[in-house]
Amino acid sequence: MPATTVTARADHGDSPVRPAGGAPAKGRRRSGPLARIPVPLWLLLPAALVLIPLFGYPLYQLGLLSVLKFGQPQASGGVPTEFVGLSNYTDVLGDAQFWSVLGQTLAFAAFCVVATLAVGAVCAVLLTRVGKWPRLLLMFGALGAWAAPAMTGSTVWMFLLDTNSGLVNEILGTQGHNWMYDKWSAFAMVAVVVVWHSFPFVMITLYAGIQAIPDSVLEAARLDGAGTATIFRRIMLPMLRPLLVIVVIQSIIWDFKVFTQIYVMTGGGGIAGQNLVLNVYAYQKAFVAENYSLGAAIGVLMTLILLAVTAVYIRSLRRSGEEL
Amino acid sequence: MKKLARGAALAVLAGTVATACAPGTAKTASSEDKQTGTVKVWLYDEANRAPKEQVVAQAVADFKAKHAGVEVQVSYIPTDAGPRAEKMKGAFNDPSSAPDVVEFGNTDLFGYTASGGLADITSDLASWEEGKDLPQDLKDTAVVDGKTYGLPWWLGVRALYYRTDVFTELGLSAPTTYAELKSAAEKVRSAHGDMLGIAVGGKYTFGALPFVWANGGDLATANGSAYTSAIDSEKSQAGVKAYTDLFTDGICPAQQCADLTGGKTVESFAAGKAGMAILPNSSRSAVEAGAAKGKYAIVPLPGTAAGQVAPAFSGGNDLGVMKSTQHRSLAVDFIKELASKKNQLALFDAMGNLPTLTSARAEVSQKQPWLKPFTDTIEAGTKFVPKDAAWAKIDAQNVVPTMLQKVITGKADVAAATKEAAASMNSSFSGK
Repeated sequence: MPATTVTARADHGDSPVRPAGGAPAKGRRRSGPLARIPVPLWLLLPAALVLIPLFGYPLYQLGLLSVLKFGQPQASGGVPTEFVGLSNYTDVLGDAQFWSVLGQTLAFAAFCVVATLAVGAVCAVLLTRVGKWPRLLLMFGALGAWAAPAMTGSTVWMFLLDTNSGLVNEILGTQGHNWMYDKWSAFAMVAVVVVWHSFPFVMITLYAGIQAIPDSVLEAARLDGAGTATIFRRIMLPMLRPLLVIVVIQSIIWDFKVFTQIYVMTGGGGIAGQNLVLNVYAYQKAFVAENYSLGAAIGVLMTLILLAVTAVYIRSLRRSGEEL
Repeated sequence: MKKLARGAALAVLAGTVATACAPGTAKTASSEDKQTGTVKVWLYDEANRAPKEQVVAQAVADFKAKHAGVEVQVSYIPTDAGPRAEKMKGAFNDPSSAPDVVEFGNTDLFGYTASGGLADITSDLASWEEGKDLPQDLKDTAVVDGKTYGLPWWLGVRALYYRTDVFTELGLSAPTTYAELKSAAEKVRSAHGDMLGIAVGGKYTFGALPFVWANGGDLATANGSAYTSAIDSEKSQAGVKAYTDLFTDGICPAQQCADLTGGKTVESFAAGKAGMAILPNSSRSAVEAGAAKGKYAIVPLPGTAAGQVAPAFSGGNDLGVMKSTQHRSLAVDFIKELASKKNQLALFDAMGNLPTLTSARAEVSQKQPWLKPFTDTIEAGTKFVPKDAAWAKIDAQNVVPTMLQKVITGKADVAAATKEAAASMNSSFSGK
């Protein structure tokens, strides 16, 4: 999904492509059946060649799987697959656990998005204000967190948070305290790790955005008597808007789909399944309970939810007069 | 927005173009039977792997001496229910990366067979000379619809390990009833605050089941070939209560014990951090390698009244040949090699795994007095999980651990938690 969003934006914004499109247009006069295809479709072709096999086909398979009865006996036991219509969807939507997990996921993702943006933005501003060495140090630290694979990062944090021999308990003097025992404490610990992994992206992107604002604009504003707060609100924020849109959408998608950190840190969903989020829930249904088609149905629902969230967000931006 | 809609339309279009393709199903049976090449073997990564590796290395050397031009590649896979189920399903779905020989828990056999993963080795075992020594009741545990899919390799039953030094110091004797076990556990922890009274775990299904069975309960009752869950019966509930009552701050605090697995209780007892633990004979090597060495004794896990033994789960592992193997004869020869009397005895010496061959078992029981509590437990009668393909699914979905953890953490009372578990099991039994 992230790639689609970005690509869509790229086609749209790349105005230099359009004049170049004139060349095939001239060829159209030379006749031939292919020439009747409008130019924009030709230009979409390279993107389509990549997107259809990489996104369209798996999505299609996901959709197909979700209307079949397909478990382990069907996958390898030679039992014939059966078309069951929407019964996987009614099963999922009729499961009380699905709704509680959905609620948990939305709340967890919302918290992570806000926290990631806040931490990332504060660090970006900090980068523009501090001297060379602190800046380098912060950059390296953040890039290190960014570069750490989710699996490794989560495992290392679990060592630190270990009940009996973890460094955190050692420092706080709370040996024997299990950070993953309470539902909200466990979610908080995972959220810390998720934010730790994803704030550098926000930080670097916004830092680049702030650096790209021409000094002359800021200077002009200052000459007109604008204070720091006004400059931030009336100059910087509007100029950073396109970047913020990308960063917010990316964060929503990432945090809504969080899997590794929850799976690793809570051992597949926490004590008695208290820390399940949608992606882990789908995994449990599909691969642990061997019900691949039910898992696919959850996957389709997740895709629809994300598309809806993104669409609403973009729409509200357009209404406020901003072009994505 | 328009771009997005167009993208979606394109995806739908692409979908309709590709309608011809259905989800892939693995072709599991292979017609080839190569006599050279590499035989890939997956074995369980037990709590103490080194001694097992030595026995296996020797067996591999013997096997290679008999088969020129054959390599054997052994990998160790996780033993916890979830991860090992993932590994095996991966192997079923992708025969090209699957092994030829697998070790699996005897409870997994029914699920694996329904998934079409294991080869029928009935005739191979019938013609195996040493296999004549395998008792019929053990052979039956690997039979589905009259066909044999596994070779019982070793047996494991659980008994109560306790710390003799701590018990002597506190003037305690080995518990003979559940009530004595509970009070002994409390006394141990009140005297040694850094020790668990008894190491029990919220994820330790086979540690909890003996309490259910001792109270006359069961996981499920068979009605013909169909099972119905009985975990919410009154007797089962009493058993669940007895087990979860051990998760108190005075015995095994919920904070520390709610997410322990069986393997973690082994580590905890071996490290000298627990006064008691319910461990299988095969964990003795791990205990011997730890701080508790020489300071422990073993008795059968007591039942509800004096003189009773809580029925143990009749555990053990089988060896099997994957249906997708391209080295069928070699794979069969290799499992015969691993399960030969010589290697069963070697495995016992290294790990404490009880041999399946009758003569080998008689030999070691005579030689090793520490085995007595385990053989006594077997004689007192053991129990098994439902012999149904659904069990692998119930196990992998952590139905029993979730039930235990809900009670331990106070999220639900025994009645509500068992009722929920029963509903979940029944939906698996009915093939949902």
